[in-house]
Amino acid sequence: MQTFDLEAQGLRNLNAALQAQSKETNQTAWEVVNAKGSHAIAVGLDAPIEVTVKGSTGYYCAGMNKQATVRIHGSAGPGVAENMMSGTVIIDGDASQYAGATANGGTLIIKGNASSRCGISMKGVDIIVHGNVGHMSAFMAQSGNMVVCGDAGDALGDSIYEARLFVRGSVKSLGADCIEKEMRPEHLEILKDLLERGECDAKPEEFKRYGSARKLYNFDIDNAY
Amino acid sequence: MKDDTHSVPRTVPIQSATFSNPTNAEIRRAAATGIYDIRGGGSKRKLPHFDDLLFLGASISRYALEGYREKCDTKVVLGTRYAKKPIELDIPVTIAGMSFGALSGPAKEALGRGASMAGTSTTTGDGGMTEEERGHSSKLVYQVLPSRYGMNPDDLRRCDAIEVVVGQGAKPGGGGMLLGQKISDRVAQMRNLPKGIDQRSACRHPDWTGPDDLEIKIMELREITAWEKPIYVKIGGTRPYFDTMLAIKAGADVVVLDGMQGGTAATQDVFIEHVGLPIISCIGEAVRALQDMDLHREVQLIVSGGIRGGADVAKALAMGADAVAIGTAAMIALGDNDPRWEDEYNALGTTAGAYDDWHEGKDPAGITTQDAELMKRFDPIAGGRHLNNFLKVMTLEAQTIARACGHNHLHNLEPEDLVALTMEAAAMTKIPLAGTNWYPGKPGTSY
Repeated sequence: MQTFDLEAQGLRNLNAALQAQSKETNQTAWEVVNAKGSHAIAVGLDAPIEVTVKGSTGYYCAGMNKQATVRIHGSAGPGVAENMMSGTVIIDGDASQYAGATANGGTLIIKGNASSRCGISMKGVDIIVHGNVGHMSAFMAQSGNMVVCGDAGDALGDSIYEARLFVRGSVKSLGADCIEKEMRPEHLEILKDLLERGECDAKPEEFKRYGSARKLYNFDIDNAY
Repeated sequence: MKDDTHSVPRTVPIQSATFSNPTNAEIRRAAATGIYDIRGGGSKRKLPHFDDLLFLGASISRYALEGYREKCDTKVVLGTRYAKKPIELDIPVTIAGMSFGALSGPAKEALGRGASMAGTSTTTGDGGMTEEERGHSSKLVYQVLPSRYGMNPDDLRRCDAIEVVVGQGAKPGGGGMLLGQKISDRVAQMRNLPKGIDQRSACRHPDWTGPDDLEIKIMELREITAWEKPIYVKIGGTRPYFDTMLAIKAGADVVVLDGMQGGTAATQDVFIEHVGLPIISCIGEAVRALQDMDLHREVQLIVSGGIRGGADVAKALAMGADAVAIGTAAMIALGDNDPRWEDEYNALGTTAGAYDDWHEGKDPAGITTQDAELMKRFDPIAGGRHLNNFLKVMTLEAQTIARACGHNHLHNLEPEDLVALTMEAAAMTKIPLAGTNWYPGKPGTSY
């Protein structure tokens, strides 16, 4: 286990050390202490390493992650795992706004609640939220899956494209072109896998599925908002 | 007394200047379709522009340099504020961001070829980085756009500079549109969306909401790329003084300022013609912001929006810019709207020089299309050669003017080399009206 004191050694040194790891590294486990809400912790990683951040983080923790598993023992600031490509990010606490924004792949697990715009413009990531998500979550979500074990705020899935949204609790309102959809057996299978990967014991049958009505896919003035 | 032997002369029919034929045609089109007009390109109406400024060549009070013989340097270095690896360009003319999707792969290749031959950079666009452009661009600027189409850390590290696009001169405050006609398999794959559906780029970044957030976003991009690459921030010309200040405050190495004459792949005509500011009204304000922050020349300024030739380049630099970017002019240099395709333009209901329905993907020149057959018409090697020629001519023209004004580097051009031809231009630029030392609003003058 490599222990890195962020306060003493500095952000640039941390990211340089983590970004220098390759798939052949034998330094596979890293612990970051004294995070103290710092921004851009563990960004741009590209190796199958495990990074544990002790404490809460500021903006963009694990941004553009590839391959790495980053676990935050605290809460995450805005834009956690933004544009993630692969790997896993796990947040033991809550996540602020834009969690998983534009992420292309990998898995984002939020054990607490997520604020507004969770999964905004998501492009293939799987996001599992144990608690609630705020308003405008999955706005313009392109692809991937979002699982919300709690409730969703206003305008869920506004202007959604092909992403799948699974919500166990209530949805305050659906956004433009987002509708409830039939939960077919293949969706239950997808959701079962997501819940297992998300370290969540909820049952797939308890969820409803939401997705695009596809009325906004090609310009038609009769569908304009 | 009425003369019955001759008919009464008729008045000549006069078209209304307000309800002109194009205006009436648009009213009829709107009435028939219920949809606003979407098109590509930039503003087409007459706006205050660089033509409203003139240079004062040297005579006695200034000493001219000999054309072709005495050196007039053109190099520019961008990103000297924070980046470990600033970009050095041989000429202060760069290629503006144009997306793959809007443009074909061969067109992007040609931009790379031409720019590299001329010693300057190209810029990606709303659609990600293509091998055609990266492979043929010696220096490539990678745009981080609100849509984040095709965004990935590998390409972020493969570029030479990063441009965070906040706004665009043709549509400040608006997002992009790539209509379904141009969404080929490859474009769909790059953007992670189904083939054939309209792709609407967001009008705002998804993961930051203001200048304080932008500052942190820029820090993240620097951390991912080891603080090596210059970070540009591109803004549409609307509130240039404050937006430039905030871009600088957020940490930009370079500010890219795009005026309303700048083009777009496709957006609403009403946006193109009625939102934003002419570029000559923006440059002075942006320079003033840089000067007020004591960062003029330390943070570089690139301006764009209807740059057409060496005189425009020289005028922009004289007003305080460090470089210019060209988009529409580069496309014309490649062969867009070329009269050789006139018959086909006519078949599309337009004419060479006016074709702007780029979103339909039917470009006869094979440049703004994803149609495989149309793309075959465009030769990226010849296109690159033409672009290189054009960039060289622009540079030679700017050098000629600079020498005539007595300068041995294009960056030595200064506002005192310019006069304004119109009251409007004088008021917008704070450059004196020709024959006077006055501009509207200048304090302490009684002209």
